[in-house]
Amino acid sequence: MSGEEPTPVKRFARVLALLLAVRTLARTLAGREPPPPPAPESEYDPSQRTVPANRQAETVVAALLLVAALLGCGFVAIYVALQTNTQLLGLALGGMLVMLAAAAIIAGKLVVPQETQVEERGELLVEDEAEEVVETIEAGVEGISRRKLLAGAGGAAGAAAIAAAATPLASLGPRLRGIHDTPWHHGVRLVDEQGNPYPAGEIQVGTFYTALPEAGGSETFGAGVLLVRLLPDQIHLPAPRRAWAPEGIMAFSKICPHAGCAISLYRYPTYEQTSLSPAFTCPCHYSTFLPGDGGRVVFGPAGRPLPQLPLMIDDLGHVRAAGAFPEDIGPSWWDVHRGQS
Amino acid sequence: MNIVTRHLHRRLERGTRWLEQRLGAAKAVEWVLRYVFPDHWSFLLGEIALYAFVVLVGTGIFLTLYYIPGDSQVIYHGSYALLQGAQMSEAFRSVLDLSFSVPAGLLFRQVHHWAADVFIAAIVLHLCRVFFTGAYRKPRDLNYYIGVTMLMLAILEGFAGYSLVDDLLSGMGLVIAYSVALSIPFVGAQLGYLVWGGPFPGSSTFLPRLEIVHVLLIPAALTVLITFHLMSIMRQHHAQFAGPGRRERNVVGTPLWPAYALRSIGLLLAVAAVLVLAGGLIQINPIWQWGPFHPYLSENGAQPDWYIGWLIGALRLMPNFEPAIGAHTIIPNPFWGGAAFPLFVFAALYSWPWLERRLTGDHLRHDLLDRPRDRPNRTAVGAAFLSWVVIVFAVGSTDRLFYRLHISYTAQIHFWRIGVWVLPILVFFLTRSACRSLRRSGAHPLRDWQGEVVKREGDGRVERFSA
Repeated sequence: MSGEEPTPVKRFARVLALLLAVRTLARTLAGREPPPPPAPESEYDPSQRTVPANRQAETVVAALLLVAALLGCGFVAIYVALQTNTQLLGLALGGMLVMLAAAAIIAGKLVVPQETQVEERGELLVEDEAEEVVETIEAGVEGISRRKLLAGAGGAAGAAAIAAAATPLASLGPRLRGIHDTPWHHGVRLVDEQGNPYPAGEIQVGTFYTALPEAGGSETFGAGVLLVRLLPDQIHLPAPRRAWAPEGIMAFSKICPHAGCAISLYRYPTYEQTSLSPAFTCPCHYSTFLPGDGGRVVFGPAGRPLPQLPLMIDDLGHVRAAGAFPEDIGPSWWDVHRGQS
Repeated sequence: MNIVTRHLHRRLERGTRWLEQRLGAAKAVEWVLRYVFPDHWSFLLGEIALYAFVVLVGTGIFLTLYYIPGDSQVIYHGSYALLQGAQMSEAFRSVLDLSFSVPAGLLFRQVHHWAADVFIAAIVLHLCRVFFTGAYRKPRDLNYYIGVTMLMLAILEGFAGYSLVDDLLSGMGLVIAYSVALSIPFVGAQLGYLVWGGPFPGSSTFLPRLEIVHVLLIPAALTVLITFHLMSIMRQHHAQFAGPGRRERNVVGTPLWPAYALRSIGLLLAVAAVLVLAGGLIQINPIWQWGPFHPYLSENGAQPDWYIGWLIGALRLMPNFEPAIGAHTIIPNPFWGGAAFPLFVFAALYSWPWLERRLTGDHLRHDLLDRPRDRPNRTAVGAAFLSWVVIVFAVGSTDRLFYRLHISYTAQIHFWRIGVWVLPILVFFLTRSACRSLRRSGAHPLRDWQGEVVKREGDGRVERFSA
């Protein structure tokens, strides 16, 4: 920085001065001086009316309106000629609206008479009028002797009518058909998004694969599973689940048991001395699950472990489900089948 | 009087008489034309919300003409090359076609999306203005309840709107909504089935249901409530700040005709201008980048529209507490952040006018607004509550801070699990003392700042200059 450069303080002062000048200018143009000091409450009447007769402002407003008309025609022209040029269409239409807005605001502030008026509010509650309403309503039920009976019967009819009106809601389907189902059963082959099977020999350590059931139903909630291979010393499954991970290949539901998002992050140690164990993380609320520990939650809001799908390898070397999910996949609810972990 | 003016005068007279002979509304029209609006910039926030709603209805009608609420899977053969051959729902394809093939389609879709974000932002700011100036007190408490209801409906409406598209982001939002529905104790699953027509991703009736909610039910409810909101204001007249000549029982300001009408139309046009320019020039929700939704896919680092951020933050902040007794899961985890938290926030908003009446014993009608500093306790409670919600909202962006600045995500979550309770308490005491000292000094916090420039010389002497 050379010696002639203004210091930051000076630069700041200049910007401040400029802003003040702009404000003063704007206020002068708008004819709005800061309000005079308040007079004593009783004498002061703020009402006023000025008729500006500002020819300059009228010219400006007319010019703005003409430019707006031009831009409006421009929008039509762009629509006809270029059709889907979003930027130009937006500029033309937005520009037209800017001109119209400026014209309306300038006209409102400088062209038309400027008024300040005082309006009295009046009372909202007028006792006599309120009393009259009560009397009118009461007059309508004059001479009825068995009010309680009629009110009770009316209430019963009303409640029944509401119940009758609400019952068809039930046909929207609150019966929980299929809530525990997934397309996974014993023998269903795991395939990728293109429908190709997963040969066990091609499942690599250090990455994860998304698998779907070959039998179909890939758009159902429970279809997607995570497929991984872990090293033997990374696997600490409870005894009954040891057979679920042939050759260290394991599958877990891809649907987070917290809020149902598809899990799509896999943390795999790249430097063994400092890294943590392999883990799946949901990108919505960052619940983190350890596949080596049978889907145990180590971080985040998930209240249940990630459901594990038992696997087997068939004679062709392809990965297949060795059974259904032993617990419910997806978010928790009152009767969710929770896994043991 | 020249000939043009005379001609205009005659036409106007004839028009007025024509209307009078049919409606006899001259008195009402005169009353409306002379209706007085007090001037303050903060009174425009509600108007901005109203005008954003106008833009939403206009652009929304256009979008409805092209949207198809179909869940059947189709193969895309449209003009966007990168999704050629992709499997997607009919709904998503219709929005892609709207964006790429319909002239001005993308412009109006983006204007609609921007308008939704601005609409809710304006409502929230308007609510803050109403709260901190005490405008919710009698006789405006009824209107305040309607306003809070409209905020709730607006958030639901926005969420339903971006869920209709069936892109990957909207599917992720819907599955979280489904999980929150399921998490409601006892009846959650039934409720979820009721809305979705079956297990997630729902039966083929789900998208048509959502569309009806988005284009008819909520907009109709909002229109009715807005009408009542405005009629109620006109009956009571606007509240105003104290000032020269302004008393509880009068209102000082600009009459509707002509100056205020022109200025307000100018504001409508300005809001529309900003939204159209934003829709034309600033990309929002590029659904072709997210791609179609499939339940087995998700987007990393996805963020919802801003007004859902507080719920994402609450869901993330909650520890993994999920009490189960025997075979029953008593309170599934998403209930805390996704249902209990927003319900509490709205319950607090609804009950505040009543609570304040109970605490202060003030049952009087108020038409003069408070300056925030003049009610240190209310302002402090409001600021603390606001900071509590804002912190939860900010926690929704902790993953972005991790990606951008490499601040440990887990450390941030652990910090805010404590901070979300401690910080609002600090905010309460700081705000209250700031209000008290402002009230003592009588200074305006922005306009009347006073101070001196202090300069330390080389020899350690300190020199003062008055600013």
